[in-house]
Amino acid sequence: MRASILRSPSPLPGFGLSFGIMMTVLSIVVLLPIAALLGRGLMIGPEDLWDMLNSRRIWSALTLSFRAALIASLFNLVFGLMLAWVLVRYRFWGRRFIDAAVDLPFALPTAVAGIALTALYAPNGVFGQALAPLGIQVAYTEVGIWVALVFIGLPFVVRTVQPVIEELEPDLEEVSATLGARRIYTLRRVILPTLTPALLTGFALALARSVGEYGSVIFIAGNIPNVTEIAPLLIVIRLEEYNYDAAAAIGIAMLVISFAMLLAINAIQVWSRRRIGNV
Amino acid sequence: MYRTIQIGGHTLAQGTFLRSLGDGRIEIDAGDARLSGRPVTAPKAHEVGRFHNALRQALSGGHLRGGLMATVAALCLAVGANAPALAQESVAILNVSYDPTREFYREYNELFNAWWTAQGNAPVTIQQSHGGAGAQARAVIDGLEATVVTLALSADIDQIAERTGRIPADWQSRLPHNSSPYTSTIVFLVREGNPRGIEDWDDLVADGVQVITPNPKTSGGARWNFLAAWAYAERNDINPSEFVGALYRNVPVLDTGARGSTTTFTQRGIGDVLLAWENEAFLALAELGEDAFDIVVPSVSILAEPPVTLVDGNITTEGQRAAAEAYLAHLYSPEAQALALRHYYRAWDTSLAAPEDAARFPEIELVTIADFGGWPVVQPEYFGEGGIFDQIYEE
Repeated sequence: MRASILRSPSPLPGFGLSFGIMMTVLSIVVLLPIAALLGRGLMIGPEDLWDMLNSRRIWSALTLSFRAALIASLFNLVFGLMLAWVLVRYRFWGRRFIDAAVDLPFALPTAVAGIALTALYAPNGVFGQALAPLGIQVAYTEVGIWVALVFIGLPFVVRTVQPVIEELEPDLEEVSATLGARRIYTLRRVILPTLTPALLTGFALALARSVGEYGSVIFIAGNIPNVTEIAPLLIVIRLEEYNYDAAAAIGIAMLVISFAMLLAINAIQVWSRRRIGNV
Repeated sequence: MYRTIQIGGHTLAQGTFLRSLGDGRIEIDAGDARLSGRPVTAPKAHEVGRFHNALRQALSGGHLRGGLMATVAALCLAVGANAPALAQESVAILNVSYDPTREFYREYNELFNAWWTAQGNAPVTIQQSHGGAGAQARAVIDGLEATVVTLALSADIDQIAERTGRIPADWQSRLPHNSSPYTSTIVFLVREGNPRGIEDWDDLVADGVQVITPNPKTSGGARWNFLAAWAYAERNDINPSEFVGALYRNVPVLDTGARGSTTTFTQRGIGDVLLAWENEAFLALAELGEDAFDIVVPSVSILAEPPVTLVDGNITTEGQRAAAEAYLAHLYSPEAQALALRHYYRAWDTSLAAPEDAARFPEIELVTIADFGGWPVVQPEYFGEGGIFDQIYEE
């Protein structure tokens, strides 16, 4: 039994060394901080944990965080796919510039993004002034949170889908057309099934990123308890009260919900692979 | 023993010491030849310290080119200087402060260094950190190595003292006036011409009035705002918790610090009235023009005492302690008091202040934190978890 665990799973050399380094780094960077958080939760005990979480303010913050992340990621799923499609399939002036600009939300400090978006969408900002006559207020409402999360999540979808579209042979679409399929049918039965795994991955990444986003959102959200207060801000407020246990409780709740969502997305991915084969 | 000698106008040579020639010159063995000349001594320790500080100032002052040149020069010097002396002489202070003091301490740091060097001391490198008072206090508790803290209220410093033991419990009696070299109060900032006709606290709870104030959980100034409103309600026989609850229901944006609220009100155009530090309100008028906003003085407000103290546990050297103690004590000097007055703080000593700075402040009836029983009582009861502020949002 022991031998079978330690035996190299592949004839390729170097498994032991590379696996060891990988596990060490992974433990230090990812597993230990999460274990510390969960350990704190264990010390508190499940009952106290539940008591700390079971308030209207925390539930509205959690639902707001996950709802806004879901809405922003769904928007990014559609818009990111279109953007990636245009960048790969068409040659036009300024394409490389747009291609590079997609990465900007990665590079920009999120606080800068938040302040810039707030300045634009505030009632006296450029966009805010244009939207005000229509009765739409963006900054300091939940819509503002969506805008910020769309901004930071967009590159995740584009950058995961783009290489897959590049691999997509235009021949397939031509074959589909010569066999009499209409464009919408080709899109639905030929293109989208091939892209689904990449789309789901991009969606999951964008979602995971948006749920925990703090820097940009606090500037554009009004931060009003029960209305526009996101869960990460509530964690910071708990820390400011020196209430580390309550902060850990909210952190654990977010971790558990995020994990369940990512698990569900993975399950859909496995299911879609089974249905259409491994692409 | 290796020595460096000067053998020409700008030419240096190094080699093993052989003998002294008696006239101040020495002879060295440079490997392939014997050379003689005046020895080059390592720069004296205090000179290096000064140079080091000048370098830091040059770098922090944003004179990039000068800074780069100085860096090169300092590297050359550092080779010759002995490192321990250098570390001992360069004194650095980190002042962890709250949001609206940026402008005041920027000028005070220059004032202090000018005075300190005139006393024959090496200049002190002063670093500033600003943010919401609660967040700043937590940063110090979590290990930010503040030399002095100058925060918005004593409760935050009490927390540092209690949780880290780096400040003695009786810190507030170490300096005059409850360790508050300057004070302020809470006033209203309204848009030009006061279109909503806001005159006093009860106008803030009217339907449709939007009030901008930061979150008392994270901002010290916001706690003073909250208590001032509370004091008004108590004086006028209004149920204070209902009154303050109604006030906070009129708040569309809760920023995390006072400066964030000022930005929301002045730059983003949100809200009809900003509950502001008096100094912050005057600053907004000075920076953004008298014709954009008006200050409204309510019938009653609160005496806000932002205290300062030394973080004893973070002091590493005697030189640093001396500089840090002088840094705080000098805040009470007439020059510093005049500077505080110029930055719209209510300071104590008006002897050196310009007449218009001293005469600026309107008379307000001020309650004090002692009327509420002091911060150790107020903090948990009003702003702790499940306290009065939390109940407003739990209904």
